[in-house]
Amino acid sequence: MSEVMTKVDIITSPNKLDDLIDALNKIGITGMTVSNVLGCGVQKGHTEYYRGMPVDIKLLSKVKIEIVISEVPVDLLVDTVKSILHSGNIGDGKIFVYDVKNVIRISNGDEGSEALK
Amino acid sequence: MEGLNGADMVFVIFSAALVMLMVPGLALFYGGMVKSKNVLSTTLHSYAALVVISVQWIFIGYSLAFGPDKFGFIGGLDWSFLNNVGFQANPTYSSTIPHLLFVIFQMMFAAITAAVISGAFAERMRFPAFILFILLWTTFIYDPIAHWVWSGSGWLKQLGVLDFAGGNVVEINSGVSGLVAAIVLGKRKRTKPDPHHVPMAILGGGILWFGWFGFNAGSALAINGVAVNAFLTTNTSAAAGAIAFVACEWVINKKPTTLGTISGAIAGLVAITQGAGYVTPLSAFFIGLVGGAISFFAIAMMKSKLGYDDALDAFGCHGVAGIWGAIATAIFATTKVNPAGANGLLYGNFNLLKVHLISIGACALYAAVGTFAILKFINLFAKLRTVPEEESSGLDIALHGEAAYNIYNR
Repeated sequence: MSEVMTKVDIITSPNKLDDLIDALNKIGITGMTVSNVLGCGVQKGHTEYYRGMPVDIKLLSKVKIEIVISEVPVDLLVDTVKSILHSGNIGDGKIFVYDVKNVIRISNGDEGSEALK
Repeated sequence: MEGLNGADMVFVIFSAALVMLMVPGLALFYGGMVKSKNVLSTTLHSYAALVVISVQWIFIGYSLAFGPDKFGFIGGLDWSFLNNVGFQANPTYSSTIPHLLFVIFQMMFAAITAAVISGAFAERMRFPAFILFILLWTTFIYDPIAHWVWSGSGWLKQLGVLDFAGGNVVEINSGVSGLVAAIVLGKRKRTKPDPHHVPMAILGGGILWFGWFGFNAGSALAINGVAVNAFLTTNTSAAAGAIAFVACEWVINKKPTTLGTISGAIAGLVAITQGAGYVTPLSAFFIGLVGGAISFFAIAMMKSKLGYDDALDAFGCHGVAGIWGAIATAIFATTKVNPAGANGLLYGNFNLLKVHLISIGACALYAAVGTFAILKFINLFAKLRTVPEEESSGLDIALHGEAAYNIYNR
């Protein structure tokens, strides 16, 4: 392993997912894992109506995007994500940054930053 | 009652119910083809059309479409609120079923036609504007065109146009109106096809095929040889349309798809609507083949080339195949199938083609200009298009406060 590898998790609402993926592709990030999740933070949720009755929804649908990078600078990734998702309101989401010990490509056994190329 | 025929009445009343079933069918067909965050909004378009027109029709719609003629253009308001419309037969339309049953049958046609248009502007129209649009469109576009083609003294009827179940009144009308509406409302941010539930769409299409038997065979207004012919031509054209569409897919994209199969069938059904009771089953095979093929090219190539966002192919399927259906009827119609019809080009009569070309042009032009005018008028009072934030979060939540799928345990 010659370079530092970083994992970045982004949790945000599904609305801007397509825009986010386009922006990530533009800075050279094409590999990612996206999951549908439920979540809440400070944001309280919204109200839905079923046959006239209001229902408070607490856990909201979110998406979680997991990316592992080595060559792309973490600051560039974080700034890109913020520029797409920022609205100033609650519900924009959060970014989590972690260190990665190792990455292995299963098909040919590459390890470390080689496995990310 | 004198002259009424029980068998004909049973057949037509059941056919009317079949046509109504096409509204849920269309709702599923369209609903499955949009993103999950917009499925309820799209579904509601079809049902709202049925609801609005169920009322408008008995108030003024039927009278405008089929009432005593004014200048060959419109029916006037003599029969508003079903005044003078009762259980006796009206021989202009049918001698063996009650007048009121004809009203019911035609009402379902008006409803499904309006619902078809909604496919063109799916995923981006505001609800109040949509309701206003349906109301004004059915009154000022559908009712007059229905009058021209189907009422006793309508000018296109007088010209000799043969429209068995609505090639002009339903298909060309809704297809062209949809195209104009799609252009006026503008493109969605993302126009890439993104069907969220393909089995739903397939089921919807299958229900449409079933309901179309009521739509076409029922238009004979009697249980007779013409109705039987219409049933068979309908089914044959549907099958041929599916074959043609899938063949195109297979050759060009190397993959035959389920959505392509059902879309081709729908195109075939559209194409045969005008001539179902006038052409032979073997002609219907050819009509369906061409209908399916040109629909494929309209959807897969013309749309991306010309750049309009007809989201669910109201024009590509209904408009284009409908125009072919009108021309095909003029070629293949034969009095051997329906003595009350006429002979087409294949049997040596050029006049029918001339008359049908006039009809296509008149209906398309009126539908286009009228739809444009109505939308611009509505825009004075209500916004037509949703804003980007609403489109991002999905119309179901933004416009209706409803989520379709609560699959996560909350």
